[in-house]
Amino acid sequence: PHAGSVESKNEAAMSELVPEPRQKPVVPMKPMGINASLLGYIGIDTIIEQMRKKTMKTGFDFNIMVVGQSGLGKSTLVNTLFKSQVSRKSSGWNREEKIPKTVEIKAIGHVIEEGGVKMKLTVIDTPGFGDQINNENCWEPIEKYINEQYEKFLKEEVNIARKKRIPDTRVHCCLYFISPTGHSLRPLDLEFMKHLSKVVNIIPVIAKADTMTLEEKTEFKQRVRKELEVNGIEFYPQKEFDEDLEDKTENDKIRQESMPFAVVGSDKEYQVNGKRVLGRKTPWGIIEVENLTHCEFALLRDFVIRTHLQDLKEVTHNIHYETYRAKRLNDNGGLPPMTVETEENHESNL
Amino acid sequence: QQPAQFTNPETPGYVGFANLPNQVHRKSVKKGFEFTLMVVGESGLGKSTLINSLFLTDLYPERIIPGAAEKIERTVQIEASTVEIEERGVKLRLTVVDTPGYGDAINCRDCFKTIISYIDEQFERYLHDESGLNRRHIIDNRVHCCFYFISPFGHGLKPLDVEFMKAVHNKVNIVPVIAKADTLSLKERERLKKRILDEIEEHGIKIYHLPDAESDEDEDFKEQTRLLKASIPFCVVGSNQLIEAKGKKVRGRLYPWGVVEVENPEHNDFLKLRTMLITHMQDLQEVTQDLHYENFRSERLKRGGR
Repeated sequence: PHAGSVESKNEAAMSELVPEPRQKPVVPMKPMGINASLLGYIGIDTIIEQMRKKTMKTGFDFNIMVVGQSGLGKSTLVNTLFKSQVSRKSSGWNREEKIPKTVEIKAIGHVIEEGGVKMKLTVIDTPGFGDQINNENCWEPIEKYINEQYEKFLKEEVNIARKKRIPDTRVHCCLYFISPTGHSLRPLDLEFMKHLSKVVNIIPVIAKADTMTLEEKTEFKQRVRKELEVNGIEFYPQKEFDEDLEDKTENDKIRQESMPFAVVGSDKEYQVNGKRVLGRKTPWGIIEVENLTHCEFALLRDFVIRTHLQDLKEVTHNIHYETYRAKRLNDNGGLPPMTVETEENHESNL
Repeated sequence: QQPAQFTNPETPGYVGFANLPNQVHRKSVKKGFEFTLMVVGESGLGKSTLINSLFLTDLYPERIIPGAAEKIERTVQIEASTVEIEERGVKLRLTVVDTPGYGDAINCRDCFKTIISYIDEQFERYLHDESGLNRRHIIDNRVHCCFYFISPFGHGLKPLDVEFMKAVHNKVNIVPVIAKADTLSLKERERLKKRILDEIEEHGIKIYHLPDAESDEDEDFKEQTRLLKASIPFCVVGSNQLIEAKGKKVRGRLYPWGVVEVENPEHNDFLKLRTMLITHMQDLQEVTQDLHYENFRSERLKRGGR
């Protein structure tokens, strides 16, 4: 017998109002910066170094999903991003394979290491999306998969004897591939992004950008941005989650100028001006993937991996996951989710 | 700023996720840290002075020390003070939980009940917040570390010391500290330390264990860790006064026969205590979260409901 849902909601509201149990007024804060320099050095900043060392040792999980019609270069792009054969294409996928009749979700995990930092990368591919004659609701299996990962995490979190580090299979980033038609977004693109931007970080990319000239590219990007705005689609980095002015300035520039990134992927190397570069060879020239004058792959890579990797994970955990959790708790009358009584999980927080 | 951190980004094969620790770093600096330290020990053992010395603050500016008659009536209080310390852009929000009245009464039988309740209350509150709907701004007031002050005047642990530590060693990280170390000669200190360690083992008391340095740490760090581990329990002296010694101003205590310098490693273990606290702040938090809190949580949930 638990307290009814009303009481729990009150409790939740109360925990924001009830002050901490202090019996003495808080000591007025002195300008500590001055004190510390006058009297000596304590060493608080070394804590950051400890945390950094720890991050390096424990390694981290990163789960990236790719969505888009067959043939838009999704697998190649992911391989290029991580400079390793990490996609479905590289794990025994046969180019002659038929397009599946429904959307499938295929997750492949790899452990890659760089500079002492270990990453357990999972690439989630969605073959069959957008490839059918009737593509109605083809985003549903994808939304279901994403929510299933939240559910898995939630169940582990409410367990009585829970793991120290809960394995994180939640999708941190979803790259949505837009076909480079040069006209506008397709209805399917809008529908997918409308539904999924509420549950996962979506990063739209324009695929196979080497089919557009510079002018066509600029116009297309502008049009896509406009359409996304008009349809109220908040792609990552979402405006409402900018933490401070610094973030906002940086992210505004990315949102309004760079995105969606027009990319080209390749896992073949060619010799250009004495250097070996990743590229695509055509009779009229070699398209260099990492050359910013050719395409925006390097921008995408820097954005996802070098600057916003941690933020992608945090927004997933603090926002999307919490939204899911709150909804689950609300649906359940303010209580954690009921688990099916089985031998292994009867000890959950009920 | 970031490009400077990359090791040659144009190296073929370089992806760039090795930059993740820098991203985490940046976010941590923005967020700052929270740490709660509890100090427990009889009156007059120099707890307040030591805390002030550790963090170069004056946490107790308007202190009035009660006389013996007043102490008779007093029960153990819990007084928490919070201060924000910033150093090189890193912010630490430190809460010191003081326990005046501990050990003062004639009959101390109940004197640690209040303290245990306080520790449990913080766990309870965190459990409640963690299970709630809005988790964006959970404040962590759980006690991450407890400095337990042992009197240098005895021959080791007193019965109260043993009982208290056994009552809380499964709830909080205990760091035993021998106070007012300047009343002991170096030999007496060694004897007392050994005696206390033996008694701790004899009574099955679990104090906080510094983790060994990892194999890939540099030699200096490994040596420092060895030294810290070998010096427990720390023998410390605290002081709020600056004394002129050897042409410099130092924190110390002026006696007719000389000056005891707080920050002189040959005079006492103060610097070791501070180093230990700072270099293990994160570990202390983790052990609190992963061990003490999880124990509380599973016990609490088994006992039933929220």
